[in-house]
Amino acid sequence: MTSGGAQVNIVFAGLGGQGVLKASDIAADAAFRSGFDVKKSEIHGMSQRGGSVSSDVRFGRLVHSPMVPPGEADFLVVIAPDQVEVNRWQLRAGGVLIAPASVDQRALANKKTLNVALLGLLSTFVEIPEERWLEAVRANVPERFLDANLAAFALGRQAAHTEVME
Amino acid sequence: MRADDTILASGDEAVALAARHAGVALGTGYPGTPSTEILEAFSELGGRAQWAPNEKVALEVAIGAAFANARALVTMKHVGLNVAADPLFTAAYTGVSGALVVVSADDPGMASSQNEQDNRHYAVAAGIPMFEPSDSQEAYDFTFQAIEISERWKLPVMLRLTTRVCHSKSVLRPRPAQAPEPPPVSYSKNIRLRVMIPSNARPAHRRLRAKLAEIAQWNEASGPNRELEGERSLGIVSSGIAAVHAREAAPHAAMLKLGMTYPLPLQAVAAFARSVQRCVVIEEGDPWLVEALRAAGIAVEGKPEMYRFGELNVSRVRRILEGDVSPEAAPPPGKPPELCAGCPHRSVFQALKNLDCIVAGDIGCYSLGALAPFEALDTVVCMGAAIGMGLGLRHALPEDQARRVVSVIGDGTFVHSGITGLVEAIYNPPSTGHLLIILDNGTTAMTGMQEHPGTGRTLNHQRTGKLVFEDLARSLGVPSVHVVDPTLNPRAFEELVAECLKRREISVIVARRTCLLATGRIKEMEKADRAVCPVE
Ligand SMILES: Cc1ncc(C[n+]2csc(CCOP(=O)(O)OP(=O)(O)O)c2C)c(N)n1
Ligand code: SF4
Repeated sequence: MTSGGAQVNIVFAGLGGQGVLKASDIAADAAFRSGFDVKKSEIHGMSQRGGSVSSDVRFGRLVHSPMVPPGEADFLVVIAPDQVEVNRWQLRAGGVLIAPASVDQRALANKKTLNVALLGLLSTFVEIPEERWLEAVRANVPERFLDANLAAFALGRQAAHTEVME
Repeated sequence: MRADDTILASGDEAVALAARHAGVALGTGYPGTPSTEILEAFSELGGRAQWAPNEKVALEVAIGAAFANARALVTMKHVGLNVAADPLFTAAYTGVSGALVVVSADDPGMASSQNEQDNRHYAVAAGIPMFEPSDSQEAYDFTFQAIEISERWKLPVMLRLTTRVCHSKSVLRPRPAQAPEPPPVSYSKNIRLRVMIPSNARPAHRRLRAKLAEIAQWNEASGPNRELEGERSLGIVSSGIAAVHAREAAPHAAMLKLGMTYPLPLQAVAAFARSVQRCVVIEEGDPWLVEALRAAGIAVEGKPEMYRFGELNVSRVRRILEGDVSPEAAPPPGKPPELCAGCPHRSVFQALKNLDCIVAGDIGCYSLGALAPFEALDTVVCMGAAIGMGLGLRHALPEDQARRVVSVIGDGTFVHSGITGLVEAIYNPPSTGHLLIILDNGTTAMTGMQEHPGTGRTLNHQRTGKLVFEDLARSLGVPSVHVVDPTLNPRAFEELVAECLKRREISVIVARRTCLLATGRIKEMEKADRAVCPVE
């Protein structure tokens, strides 16, 4: 667990349509269910048309600003491989990058669940119980895609045992 | 709901929830990021919510409801208030009988807007009280308070939100019990108060100023302004989202966080400023607060001009406090948005590009026609401007260029403010004629697929009266009206455009093909309609 400190800063990034906002909603919900103060912010609008999207989640005992200050993300979760470099500046020194290459994408039955697979990996780093994560996934994913998303989440958690990217 | 009775909600959802808990009888508005979700959430919560054709009509509907003693909510993005400004200024004179809360959702940094105007100026200019929440809890609480103040002083009240309040989620404890019972709804005649002919408007203006003076006193004594403990070497005066950035950037500073920023609690601010060694105003956008405080003789520091532009965040506030004016590192550019592959607008822009048209454009998904690979849209100013500007270009340009001018407008935007432009085309036609293309994709795609009068469905997708563009154009006397699907035969579409450009008369082409992302849902709704009423 790298999060030990007072507040955890996570930036989610990717392209419109990849589930960036869904991933940040699930993470914020999981932190909320764990009793933390949480703030989540996002920029959407033109992003619906395949442009860059990003969303910040911050949790801890008390959170003021909903935005992660530039260069202060503890975790950067990027869903589009080509968005890794343009977002790297958000990460603090020693922060953890979680990118598509961090999980075995071939093992994903449904490619659209990559966002949740990356959450599975993220979940191994932060002090949120697995059960809260699963509750949050259930609450934020439509019934008919639930099994695929739970499988993706489990796959992401597995990835933590095999490889950790920095 | 968590065990401690809290929920995680966005600022938009918080306003909707408070409106519902406070018994708001009618929510009306016009879609626009970042305000759109308020009415959608209000409707989902069981409130009566409706989209108006534009913000001016929305505000007028809300004023009518508030004249009937009801509690009314009207929502719009910042530029929407420009459209609604005419009724706003005079509704401040008439006042209301029930409650009227006007939500203005500003977009500093222009995440999805054509400008970053600071609508705090409107509260001052119109003379209406203004609340500025900084998170979802305050968005919820201040909505209640806005209703209370509106009812008590019988004035419209502005709830000024910004993108990061609207679209940020934070922890919120709903308090439905704090809502006073809504008053009974009925009409009581009062021509003197509601008919703003000069003889009635003159005393009304004086009444407005007297109310504002009373509200300023209330704000001093019981407004939602909080002093946060801190060292007296640095004091910060702030409001809205800027206040939470500032609290984080300077946790040890004393802070006066203003929840109601018009009319300002000037005595409280003056006392605070005297109690600290250095007093800095942290505000996003224009230096409005700092100038108002200085004008009142309060010694405060503002921010360097470079921080007028864009959003604030924690590190920018740190820089302001340090007086740092060194250039800021620009983040690497992300991927720009583009028209979806298969978007029906693409065929139209391909034709306009091939014909080398001068395109007076408008606001919507189709504004992306200005970017590569088309670069076939030459102007975007405000909603509805395509038609008037196209006509102006035609009037002024030499004939060979004038004949290449086309106005292009979305279906939603045409309803919003394009109809009067078409009337102008009939009334003052350019000698070369003109061509208007209405991009009828069956939805308000840009803001997230809202219905509008041209779709014939209400906010919650029920069937209702429908505006038919070609019928309207014909009834106005437009001599050449065409309805085509531009994707079916792109070549024929291009020929039709070329032919219209040759005519010396007004032509309208309704380019009808549903937005790719909305098609599935529209088909489902139509299927459901047929199931309900099979013979049609
Ligand atoms: C006065 C004003 N109100 C609202 C908006 C927000 N807005 C931008 S484009 C748009 C409508 C787009 O719909 P349409 O014209 O149907 O085009 P589409 O996006 O579907 O292609 C709206 C409501 C705005 N820019 N200005
Ligand atoms: S959302 Fe619809 S209108 Fe907008 S670019 Fe995509 S297909 Fe075109």
